[in-house]
Amino acid sequence: MTEKKPLKIAIASGKGGTGKTLLATNLAAWLAISESTLLVDLDVEEPNDFIFINGNTESITDQFKMIPGWDASKCSLCGNCSAVCKYHTVVKLGTMIAVFDELCHSCYACSELCPENALPMKPRKMGEISNITAGNLTFLESRLRVGEEQAVPLINKTHSLVKNEFMNFTVQIFDCPPGTTCPVIAATKHTDFVILVTEPTPFGLNDLKLAVETIQQLKKPMGVVINRFGMGDQGVEEFCVNAGIPVLARIPFSRKITGLYSSGTLVYDKIEGFDRAMKDIVQFIQKSISNA
Amino acid sequence: MKIAFTASGTSWDSMIDPRFGRTAYIFLFDEETGQTSAIDNSAVKNEAHGAGTATSEKFYELKPDVLITGNGPGETAAKALKHLNMKIFVNAHDLTLKQAYEKMKNGELQEI
Repeated sequence: MTEKKPLKIAIASGKGGTGKTLLATNLAAWLAISESTLLVDLDVEEPNDFIFINGNTESITDQFKMIPGWDASKCSLCGNCSAVCKYHTVVKLGTMIAVFDELCHSCYACSELCPENALPMKPRKMGEISNITAGNLTFLESRLRVGEEQAVPLINKTHSLVKNEFMNFTVQIFDCPPGTTCPVIAATKHTDFVILVTEPTPFGLNDLKLAVETIQQLKKPMGVVINRFGMGDQGVEEFCVNAGIPVLARIPFSRKITGLYSSGTLVYDKIEGFDRAMKDIVQFIQKSISNA
Repeated sequence: MKIAFTASGTSWDSMIDPRFGRTAYIFLFDEETGQTSAIDNSAVKNEAHGAGTATSEKFYELKPDVLITGNGPGETAAKALKHLNMKIFVNAHDLTLKQAYEKMKNGELQEI
C-alpha cells in the first residue's frame, strides 16, 4: 500500500484580524470529526489557536537557532567576519568583535570563514513548540520567544518537524501570520493550497490584493473566504471576479459568532450553515488539487 | 575635539539627517585644524538589515568625540556605541549643520 500524502492547507490573509484563527480552528475541528487532522499555529509572534483548542499538552520542546559567539583569545581582529556578514550582525567595534544575536540569520559565513576559528556557532533559544492532543485533532503550537526578532527560522523549523514526524494525517491546516512579508512566505511555501481570509471592506480589499500578488509569485493555487459577509461593500467580490480568484465561502457578519469567539468557543457546530461552508471549502480544494 | 554630524549633504549648509543608521552622510569637523570632510554612507542606507550596527562600526573607525544627530541611535546602535566614549547630542533635525553646531556650543542641544 502506498502512503498517502496529507493535504496541506495554509490559511493566510493580507490584513490582520480578518478571521484566520476563526477559520483555522473551526475548519480543523470540523475536519477532525471525520479525518485525521493536524492543526499547526504558525503565527509564531502571536499564536492564539490555543484559546479555542482544549486538549492535553503532550510535550513542549525548546527550539534553538545557531549563532556565533566571539572567542577573544583566538581573534586576530582581521575584520573578515564583519566584511562577510550581510546583516551587520557581527561588527568590529574598535578592538572587539560584537555579535548582535537578534540580527543573526544563522548563515554561518562569519564562523566558517574566520581564519582563527574565533567565532564558533552556539545554540540560542528562539522559541518552543507545544504538541497538544484534543480528541481526534492533533495541534502544534509554535511560539516565538519574547524579544526574538525573526519569525522565519522558527517557522522553517516547525515545517521540518511536521515533515519529519507528523505526516500521518489526512489533512494539515497551517494558520499563518498576516501580511505579505518573509514569515508569510515561509509559512505558506510548503503547502498545497492557500486560503486568503478577508473582510468586505476597503481595508480588506487593499491588503487582499497584496496577498494575492504574493501568493501568485509562489505559484500556489488559492481561494478567498470572505468573513463578516454582509457588512462593507462589493469591492472584494468584484476584485475576485475580475482576478479570477474563487470565493470558497462567505462567513456571515453575526453577533452570535462574535460572542462565541470572544468567549474562546468554537462556532462550527453552533452556527447554522457553518458546516456547509466548511464542506464547500474542502470540496473545492480537493477538486482543485486533483485537477492540478 | 572631533565633531561628527549625521548629514543629508556634504557642506555646512546641509541639513542634519535625523536618522543615525541610515544617514546619507557622516560629516566631520576637526575643531583644532578647522578641517571638514564628509563620508558617503549611502551603501548602508540601502541595506535592509543592520544599518544601525553597520554605521556604528564606521564610528569606531572615525572615533569622533561628539555626535550631533536627530532622532538618536536606535536601541541596537546605542548598545554598539556604548564603548565608544562619544558624547551624543540629539534633536538637531530641521537645522543646518552650522546651526546645529552653534546650538551645541551654546548648550542648547539635548545630550543623551
